[in-house]
Amino acid sequence: MKQKLVIIGNGMAPGRMLEHLFDAAPDAYEVTMFNAEPRVNYNRLMLSPVLSGEKTYEDIITHDDAWYEGHGVRLHKSARISWIDRAAKTVTAETGMIAAYDKLVIATGSDPFIIPLPGKDLDGVLTYRDLDDVERMLAAARAGGNAVVIGGGLLGLEAAAGLREQGMDVTVLHLMPTLMERQLDPAAGYLLEKAFTDRGIQVLTQANTREILGEAGKVTGIKLEDGSTIDAAIVVMAVGIRPSAALAREAGLQVNRGILVGDDLRTSDPDIFALGECVEHRGQVYGLVAPLYEMAVALADNLAGGASEYTGSVTATKLKVTGIDLYSAGDFSEADGRQEIVLRDATAGIYKRLVLKDDRIVGAVLFGETADGPWFFDLLKKQADISEMRDTLIFGQAYQGGAPLDPMAAVAALPDDAEICGCNGICKAKITGMIAERGLTTLEAVRAHTKASSSCGTCTGLVEQLMAFALGDAYNPAAVQPLCGCTDLGHDDVRRLIKAKSLKSIPAVMQELQWTTSCGCAKCRPALNYYLVCDWPEDYADDYQSRFINERVHANIQKDGTYSVVPRMWGGVTSSAELRAIADVVDKFGIPTVKVTGGQRIDMLGIRKEDLPAVWADLGQVGFVSGQAYAKGLRTVKTCVGTDWCRFGTQDSTGLGVRIEKFMWGSWTPAKVKMAVSGCPRNCAEATCKDVGVVCVDSGFEIHFAGAAGLDIKGTEVLGLTRTEDEALEHIVALVQMYREQGRYLERIYKWAKRIGYDEVRRQIMDDAKKRRTYFDRFVLSQKFAQIDPWSERVSGKDKHEFQPMATLALEAAQ
Amino acid sequence: MNAMTENWVLIGSIQDIPRRGARCVKSAGKTIAIFRTVDDHVFALEDSCPHRSGPLSQGIVHDGCVTCPLHNWVISLETGEAQGADQGRTMAFPVKLEGESILLSLDAKPETQGA
Repeated sequence: MKQKLVIIGNGMAPGRMLEHLFDAAPDAYEVTMFNAEPRVNYNRLMLSPVLSGEKTYEDIITHDDAWYEGHGVRLHKSARISWIDRAAKTVTAETGMIAAYDKLVIATGSDPFIIPLPGKDLDGVLTYRDLDDVERMLAAARAGGNAVVIGGGLLGLEAAAGLREQGMDVTVLHLMPTLMERQLDPAAGYLLEKAFTDRGIQVLTQANTREILGEAGKVTGIKLEDGSTIDAAIVVMAVGIRPSAALAREAGLQVNRGILVGDDLRTSDPDIFALGECVEHRGQVYGLVAPLYEMAVALADNLAGGASEYTGSVTATKLKVTGIDLYSAGDFSEADGRQEIVLRDATAGIYKRLVLKDDRIVGAVLFGETADGPWFFDLLKKQADISEMRDTLIFGQAYQGGAPLDPMAAVAALPDDAEICGCNGICKAKITGMIAERGLTTLEAVRAHTKASSSCGTCTGLVEQLMAFALGDAYNPAAVQPLCGCTDLGHDDVRRLIKAKSLKSIPAVMQELQWTTSCGCAKCRPALNYYLVCDWPEDYADDYQSRFINERVHANIQKDGTYSVVPRMWGGVTSSAELRAIADVVDKFGIPTVKVTGGQRIDMLGIRKEDLPAVWADLGQVGFVSGQAYAKGLRTVKTCVGTDWCRFGTQDSTGLGVRIEKFMWGSWTPAKVKMAVSGCPRNCAEATCKDVGVVCVDSGFEIHFAGAAGLDIKGTEVLGLTRTEDEALEHIVALVQMYREQGRYLERIYKWAKRIGYDEVRRQIMDDAKKRRTYFDRFVLSQKFAQIDPWSERVSGKDKHEFQPMATLALEAAQ
Repeated sequence: MNAMTENWVLIGSIQDIPRRGARCVKSAGKTIAIFRTVDDHVFALEDSCPHRSGPLSQGIVHDGCVTCPLHNWVISLETGEAQGADQGRTMAFPVKLEGESILLSLDAKPETQGA
C-alpha cells in the first residue's frame, strides 16, 4: 500500500520538492497538500512584475489544477492547518478536515515582520508576501495618491517600484543610512538610491517611523521620529520576514528562530520533515529561492529512499526592477586580510566591487552592469584561485585571456558545472545535455525541461546564448525576434511594456522603450498604432499617418494606384435596391471592373482616388457602409441560407452571421479576421477554414477557430459547443478579444493560437466563464469607439486633403 | 542648395500637408509628391517608385524616407534613391520653404535625372 505523505503549505519549495519526488518515485506516496491560500502553486519571485503590471497571475502559475490532478495530489485550498497531532499522526485544518500521515512535510514559509507601531492595524497597512497583498496594493493604486513603503530592502524597493509604475507617488523610508545595506556596500547603495530618485520615488534614509496615522480606522499617513508627517493612502511594511514556525512549536518540535532540521531535513520527529523559509539549518534561515530549491532536491531524495544531505547554501541576490541592474553575492564587509577591486564609472552609472581573501572571491557587488554576476558567483562558490587573472578579473569573463571574446565564445568557455540559472541551480551541462537528449529547439522547451530561466528570468540571455552555442544555426530565437530594426524588443515585450508603463502615444513608446530611430519605420509604426488602439480604446487618438494607405483612405490600393471599393453586405445578403445602387455607381464613375469576392460581397475596382468620397456618398444613400475589405480587422462573415430556406439547415445560420457581423464590424485586430457560419455540418459556408467559424448542429453551435486557407491551408480546431446563439456570440467575441490583446501585429489567428496553445485558448474561453466575460466586456467597450463608418465620415469632409491634389500647375510652369 | 534651379512655383502652405504625410501636385501629366517630415522639412519626389511605379505619396513617411505602399521599397526623400538592398532612383525636385509657403522647382535635381 502507498504511504501517506501530507504537506503543509503549497509554496515554491514543496512544489519543487514534489517535482523531484515524482521524477524519482512516482508511485511511492499518496500525497495530500494543504494550502492556506485559495490557489495553486505560483512563482512568488514574480510578484513584483505582477505588481508593476508587466505580468498577470496566470503568467506566474507554476502548477495548474491539471498538474495536481495528473499526479494524483489532493490539494486543499484555503485550508490552513491549525494542529498537528504527532501521537495520532494526523493534521487538522481550520476547516475541521483531518488527514492522517505516514510522513509529514512542514513548509509553512515565513511571515512578514510587522513593526509594533501605533496604528499598525489600520486599514491600508499592508505587507508584501503573497498575491493577496499584491491585489490589495493594486486596488489601492487604482485609487491613486501617496504610498509609503517602510523598508529599503529587496522587497520594499520592488514594492516601491511597482507602486510607482502603477502611478502612485511613493516614498521609501529606510532606517539605515543606505539602501539594502545587508546586500550592498554604501557606494552601491547610493547609486541605487539615485536610480530610484530618478524614477520619481522619494527615498528617506535614517528615517525612523514613530506612528502610523489614521482616521476612522483607515490610514491617512505616517509620522516620523522627528515629528514630520507624510500623507499616505497605503503603508507597505517590508522590513523583513521571519520563519513561520508557530505550528511546529505548538506540536512540540524543536524550534529556535526556525524549525530545526538536520542535513537530511528531518525535524526532531523522525516522521516529520521541514523545508523552505520556515526552517533553521546549521544556524541559518533563508529567504531566497535558491537554497529552498537545494533543500527540495535533498528532501525529495530522502523521501524516495535515498540519503541526500543538504549542507547549506551561499546566496546571491538580484533586484527585479525593470531598468535597474543590481547583483550581489557573498560577504563584503571589511575585515583583516581582505582586499578589494573596484571599478567605477559614475557617468555610465556602473559600479563593480569584488572582495578577495587569499586570492579567492568572497563577495561581489555589481550595479549597472550585471552580466558577469553568475560568473563571479561561480568563482566564489568554487573558491577558485583567481591570482592568474587578477589584473583583468573586474572586467569580467569576456576579458580573460587577453582580447575580448564574443559572447558565444564566453559561453563555450564555461565549464560544464558552471551555474547558469541561480534560482533553480541549473548548470551548463544539464541544459546542453537536455537540448541534445530531447532535441529541444525553443526557449520555452528548455524552460519546461530544465527549469532554467523559468523563475526570475534574468538568466534568459545566457540560456539563449547557450542554446545558440549548442544548436548552431538550428536555433532560431523566434521569441526574441525584434519587432523591427528600430528596436531590440520583440512584439510581446513591446505590448507588455505599453500596458505596464501606461504608454499612450507612439512618441511615448519610442521614447520610453528607446527606439533607435527618431520616427520609427513602416513596420513598427502600424504595429504600435494597432497596439495602442487596442490597449487604450478610450484614450488613444488613432494616428492615421502610421496606418498603411488602405486603412488611411479606407479602400484597397491597386497596382496602378487606383483603388477598389467593397461595401458591407451583412452575412452576404443583399437586395435589389443595393444592387441597383452599385450598378448606378459603376455607370456614373465609369468603374472598369465589378467582381464578386470570395467573402460574398461585390468589389468595384479601378476607382480614382479623387472619386472615392463621391462613390461612397452614392453608396451611402442606400445604407451601404464600408466593408473594411482593406482592414487588419473584421472582414466578412460568410453564411449559408440555413433554416430560412435549406431543407437540411439546423439553425438560422444567416441570422447568426448577420448578428456577428453587426456586433463586430469596425473592430481592429492584429491581422485580418474572416468568419463564416454554416447551417449544418455539410458546411456550405466553408466555416472550417476560417479564422473563426460556426457549424450549426441540432444541439447548438459548434465554434471553430484557427483555420487558414491562404499561404497555409489548415482546417480549424474546435473551440467547443454552445447551446444558444447568445452564448455562441459571447464565446466568439471573447475569443477575438483575447486574440486582439495577445496577437502580434500581422499574426493571423491560426499562428497566434498555435503559438500559445489551443488548449490554453479553450481553457480561457470555454472553461473560465469569468475570464470570458471580461474579454467580452472589453471588446464591447472598444467597439464604442470603433463602430463609426469611415466612409460617411469622409463624405462629410473628414481628411479632405487625402483625396485632392494640393495644387494643379498650369502648363507654362512645366519644364 | 542648388544653384541651377531658380524657377520657383508657389504650390501651397506647409499646413496643407499633415506631418509624416504627403500631398500631390499635378503638372502636365506628371504627379509630384510633396512630403512633410515630423520636424517640418519638406521634400518633393516624382510620385512614382523606381520599382513598379507605385504612388510614393501614399506611403508611410519616416526618418527622411518613404516606404512605397505597393512592395515596401524604402526611398530617400532627399535623393530619391532606393535604400537598403534595392537599387533604383526616382526624380527629386528642389523645394523650399518661405515662411509657411512651399516653393517648388520643376527642374529636377540634376543628379537625380535620367534615373
